[in-house]
Amino acid sequence: MTRPSPIIALIKRDLGLALTRGGGPLLGIGFYLTLMAMIPLSLGPDQAVLTRIAPGLTWLCLALSSLLSLERLFERDFDDGVFDVLRLGPLPLEAIAGLKCLSQWLGTGLVLSLATPVVMIILGAAPQTALMALLSALLGSLSFAFIGGIGAALSLGTRKGGVLMALLVLPFYVPPVIFGAGLMQAVQTHGSPWQALAFLAAYALFALALAPVAMGAALKSALS
Amino acid sequence: MITWLANPERFNIIARPLRPWLAGVAAVLLAWGLVLAFMSPEDYQQGDTVRIMYIHVPAAWMGLLIYAAMGVASFFGLIFRHALADAAAKAIAPVGAVFTGLALLTGALWGMPMWGTPWQWDGRMTSELVLFLFYVAYIALHASIEDEPRAAKSTAILAMVGLVNLPIVHFSVQWWNSLHQGDSIFVKGGPTIAPAMLWPLFVMVAAYHVLTAWLFLVRLDSEILMRRYRALRIRLTFN
Repeated sequence: MTRPSPIIALIKRDLGLALTRGGGPLLGIGFYLTLMAMIPLSLGPDQAVLTRIAPGLTWLCLALSSLLSLERLFERDFDDGVFDVLRLGPLPLEAIAGLKCLSQWLGTGLVLSLATPVVMIILGAAPQTALMALLSALLGSLSFAFIGGIGAALSLGTRKGGVLMALLVLPFYVPPVIFGAGLMQAVQTHGSPWQALAFLAAYALFALALAPVAMGAALKSALS
Repeated sequence: MITWLANPERFNIIARPLRPWLAGVAAVLLAWGLVLAFMSPEDYQQGDTVRIMYIHVPAAWMGLLIYAAMGVASFFGLIFRHALADAAAKAIAPVGAVFTGLALLTGALWGMPMWGTPWQWDGRMTSELVLFLFYVAYIALHASIEDEPRAAKSTAILAMVGLVNLPIVHFSVQWWNSLHQGDSIFVKGGPTIAPAMLWPLFVMVAAYHVLTAWLFLVRLDSEILMRRYRALRIRLTFN
């Protein structure tokens, strides 16, 4: 019998913890839906207004919900010494960080993306936009998970983890939010969505390439 | 040269005598620039309010330049463990934040008579606001890590990630843009701004640069002294 690859093993462990610990993805979804419910309550139920702002606000809620669970991405493993053990293993710190972000995305980002078309339609977007909403949310939440990982790694062991992380990460969420909301706006007005979708995909790839290096450096500095 | 300057003592041998000169030149240039700005002709559309430009444009420029400088300093600090580069990035950050804030503020003051609104969500203003948020995040991260070498490392990573991201943010914001007047200095076929206005602007830009250099050296020196004080205090408590 061969031993399982360390990559698969790590993803399995993190994903298992993400899905079972403390309600799993329900927490993020609950937050997402609650935020969504607050929008008509604060702006009034005027359907014309809601339809116009549905894409933008959905993206804002998606960004905030992705942020919510990031605080715990590295914190527990950092506090109880799992990172020191993982470091002794065959994987470099960059890969460990990247895989943790991937598990984070599989555990919460994916579920939030699946909820995105629903949220957008409830807020008043046309049901035909659902497929594009799902596709763009998948790419967007992937960037959110990886860029957010940089913030989580940087704020490790600081005194004001959560708020600090939001402050660090949100400016970097600007491009995907712009592209994603722009994409949905284009879909709603029957424009061409491909340019925005390409930008969104490009940013996701950029985040995938950059984040592991930055997270590795930040984790090294935190662990030393 | 850069490694040679990593020793704070050696650095101060050069920097300390330079400081009064820089302060003097900055004061003269600022005074000269302001006089030129007030003597320059009014704009045929904007009237007197065009003079806000002489404060606004250099401030916006310095905000960007200082962020780039922080990125470079962070690179040297992180890769080559250059001790002074870490201190330099930390020392210059609030200066850049203030310049960026000044650009936003003067922009709002300029916008009120010109556009009838202090704030317009257009490409450049939004990018400038995001730049300001980058500075805030950088300073907040530095303030929340007690251990100085760790703080330097973490903020260096943030500064470099931010530097890579800034053009992307700028591009994405442009993509979504609206009403700001286009670039009028660095355009093909020479400046579209009148020469009578270009001169005071260049003097002000020069003045801001020298002022920044002076502020930077003063802040860097106080940062070095602060570190020495902390090191001495630790040594005293443990002996």
